[in-house]
Amino acid sequence: MNEIIQKVKNLSIGFKSKKGEEILILRNITTNIKKGETVGIVGESGSGKSTLALAMMGYVKHGLYTIGGECEFNSSNLLKMKNRDLEKIRGRKIAMIPQNAGQALTPNLKIGYQIDEALQLHSDLKEEKREQKISELLNKVRLPSPETIALRYPHELSGGQQQRVAVAMALAGTPDLLLLDEPTTGLDVTTQAHVLELLNFIAKDTGTSMVYVSHDLGAIAQVSDRIIVMYSGEIVLEGPSRDILKKPIHPYTYGLLKSIPKLSLAGLPQSMPGSQPQPGTMHRGCSFFDRCNFSEEKCKNNSPQLEYLEELKTSVRCFNYKSLMNDSQVNQTVNKIKTSLQDKEILNLSEVSISYAKQKLLDQVLNRISDDNPTVKDININIKKGETIALVGESGSGKSTILKSIAGLLRTKGGIIKFDQDRNLSSDLKERDPNDLRIIQLIFQNPDESLNPNHTVEEIIAQPLKLYFGLKGEELKKNIIDLLQKVRLGEFYMSRYPRQLSGGEKQRVAVARAFAAKPDIILCDEVTSALDVSVQAAVLNLLQQLKEDFGTTYIFVSHDLAVVRAISDRVAVLYQGRLCEVGPSKDVYQFPSHPYTEVLLGAVLEPDPDIKPKLVAEDIVEEKPPQKGCSFQGRCSRILGDICKNEVPPWQITNSGNSIRCHIPLKELQKDQIN
Amino acid sequence: MPFLIIKRILLGLITLFIVSLITFVGTEILPGDACTTYLERQAFGEQLEACYRRLGLNVPAYERYVSWAVNAIQGDFGYSLSGEMPIKEVLGPRIKNSLVLASAAIFIGIPIALILGIVTALWRDKLPDVAISTVTIFAMTIPEFISATLLILIIAIWLEWLPGIVIVPTDVSFLELLPNIILPVIAIAMIMTAHMARMVRSSVIQVMASEYVQMAILKGVPYWKMVFKHVLPNALLPAINVVALTIAWLLGGVVVTEVVFNYPGLGRLVIESISNRDLPTVQALAIILASIYVSINLLADLITLMLNPRLKTLQIRK
Repeated sequence: MNEIIQKVKNLSIGFKSKKGEEILILRNITTNIKKGETVGIVGESGSGKSTLALAMMGYVKHGLYTIGGECEFNSSNLLKMKNRDLEKIRGRKIAMIPQNAGQALTPNLKIGYQIDEALQLHSDLKEEKREQKISELLNKVRLPSPETIALRYPHELSGGQQQRVAVAMALAGTPDLLLLDEPTTGLDVTTQAHVLELLNFIAKDTGTSMVYVSHDLGAIAQVSDRIIVMYSGEIVLEGPSRDILKKPIHPYTYGLLKSIPKLSLAGLPQSMPGSQPQPGTMHRGCSFFDRCNFSEEKCKNNSPQLEYLEELKTSVRCFNYKSLMNDSQVNQTVNKIKTSLQDKEILNLSEVSISYAKQKLLDQVLNRISDDNPTVKDININIKKGETIALVGESGSGKSTILKSIAGLLRTKGGIIKFDQDRNLSSDLKERDPNDLRIIQLIFQNPDESLNPNHTVEEIIAQPLKLYFGLKGEELKKNIIDLLQKVRLGEFYMSRYPRQLSGGEKQRVAVARAFAAKPDIILCDEVTSALDVSVQAAVLNLLQQLKEDFGTTYIFVSHDLAVVRAISDRVAVLYQGRLCEVGPSKDVYQFPSHPYTEVLLGAVLEPDPDIKPKLVAEDIVEEKPPQKGCSFQGRCSRILGDICKNEVPPWQITNSGNSIRCHIPLKELQKDQIN
Repeated sequence: MPFLIIKRILLGLITLFIVSLITFVGTEILPGDACTTYLERQAFGEQLEACYRRLGLNVPAYERYVSWAVNAIQGDFGYSLSGEMPIKEVLGPRIKNSLVLASAAIFIGIPIALILGIVTALWRDKLPDVAISTVTIFAMTIPEFISATLLILIIAIWLEWLPGIVIVPTDVSFLELLPNIILPVIAIAMIMTAHMARMVRSSVIQVMASEYVQMAILKGVPYWKMVFKHVLPNALLPAINVVALTIAWLLGGVVVTEVVFNYPGLGRLVIESISNRDLPTVQALAIILASIYVSINLLADLITLMLNPRLKTLQIRK
């Protein structure tokens, strides 16, 4: 256990700016990876965590170069090694599991070939033996029918399956050290929990050391023995996993843990102000100084050194860690959300069904949509004014599809969407009048793609003001400044382009643009998933504040159940385009609940090593909803029999007003779940 | 898959039909017709009538279109005005000459373009890239009539190595034609190669920056194996369509180059028949050039479909 497998010594990596300045991405990193241990490297985007992981394989990205220090493996420095020698280490001694397996598997090569390639390079097996080994590996990562999977191309697999293939490929060379770069980001919650469980199993089974890089403290908490926290290219805290998560003695980690929404706590977490400094903008002092609640005068001009504390086996980079040591139990305080719920109904979806099926010519002529098994079916939801309702479910559950139909981007196949009791919004975007368009606004997941890169912030926010209200000149400008202030951005942001803003700032601009139309309803499509944790909390708080000020209604789509718990009044759980459960969020998160809700809740990863995910159902992917019966029959672990396969389950209503659509009687649902 | 191919072929045929209609209607609308052009000042009275009868111009336009189309499908485009010989016979040697020129340019140009593109991409920002890229940008930007004229001046006039312009009869044998085509081929290949090399370069660079190539490196795949297995198949797929367009452009006659070198190919025939108002020949040329474009693009799409597993399975599923 104490044998060191890789030593990183005083490593600095950076690039030359256009002015010729040396800009550091990694600053003087020193750490060791021991045999058999799993080290989690956590940090926000831009903290240098991926660069560090790649350097551990002797790989430095195009445009970056090693400024100093070394990565020592088997007493040789990988960063000075020739490519030919590195080829014998990469994949054989040190293997990588990439973030996005869908992108990291070569599209024109079959799965079997890509694994075979690793075997050819890193083992002496003969051809028949290799074929057998490929099946073994695919079996080990729990892929169904390995022989047929091997003959498929990467795009023919689901995201979870692709990730498993990447794991199998990494295991092909029986490496001593596995580097995992955000291996579960972008997967569904249930799939993520399964992949993590698999990785844990492999770590125990093979005794491989692992370096697990992630921004997600929840995932890190489940796998790592030791955690390294990075900020702005430096290690700010390093120590045993449990201590770091339970008693963080660095202000950044402390703040980070406080800003993560938890399943057990309703209400919005506290946000950390500011954002991580851009590489090259730091000159003197502690890099966390601007955002720190514990900072003193000396932090401004002196950078603290990483200090090793023998009694805690922890290294910390802070002058003031002692003040956190005494009181650092993360007692999370949340800002309780105020419901501005009114009795007035603002949006009513009744019997809505939506189909993606391609229309036959005859149907096109007759202007009707025929599909007996549409993607989304039987959606009945009443939304009250001032309410925040969340739609949750895995990918393919139809949550974004419903948003698109409400926005008018997708025609409904049947049913009625009614606004304010009298206006019919079942129509297409083209058929809606400008006012109907104004009352519903969208905020998208990725502000990089939803903001026009060639428009300044001023132009972006001006568009809805000009379009819906015909504002001009001074009045227009006044309104823009007003909106910017509402989203806590200063006037000077007006002349900036989206690329000059950070992720959080971009999302604020997108929020400002949505509010510029003075809408009644805002559709939020995964609005925080592309943001860092500390920024996420700030955006959620902002959305809540604006809602209280304007009385807006939010329809909030998210795969993150903890975020949904934090912000929503009501939750609707969807599976395969059918509703499973609808109810006030405090009740949905308690039992009894629909078996699918149970699966989702069980898979949530909390940043606490003591709370393990519960894996109730297999993470198989169903391509189409079943023709008849309950939508969840294919994966339900509590299936009753033929009744579930043949009959659509009835709605059952609990005492608290929570509706569950299941054949199992409420009492029994409750009984089993509590155990 | 077979359904898709049939659909594409049908679409191609419809395109050709529309092209033929447009050219037919176009030549109809233009003032004057074959007979007035041919007879010039004698275009009146008995002579004109006789000419109309002889060429069959005295029947309604749609009838003429149908009979023309029926004949054209069988390869008979009627008579050329200038030489009073069957257009088929005029076109035959011209097509052959254009094919010779185009295939020479293709066989020399495409491999060179691929190699240059790949080399510049793999040694990106290093000396080979900088040197080759500078040259290709030059070759791309100099118009072909200037490069062609310079070639004639230097190689034909100063050095006297090769004939400067083609002064052989149209139906000369291949061996006799050969020394004549060297300069035109160089002039065409320069531009074509430069364009394609730039295209290939950017495509390879894009793939080299992809996550799957980074993954292959981190998997320990040796450099050249990675290039041939992981990079090139993916980088060259988009090149197929560019190659197809280039081939179609070459076969359709490289007008400027043919005129400068006095080369008896399709391109020069187009210019000649337009200035002679030889409308039947213009019609025939239009339909032939359109067929070349349609069939080569169809071929390129089918090849892409065959080589790209992503498209292949998508089609099967649907």
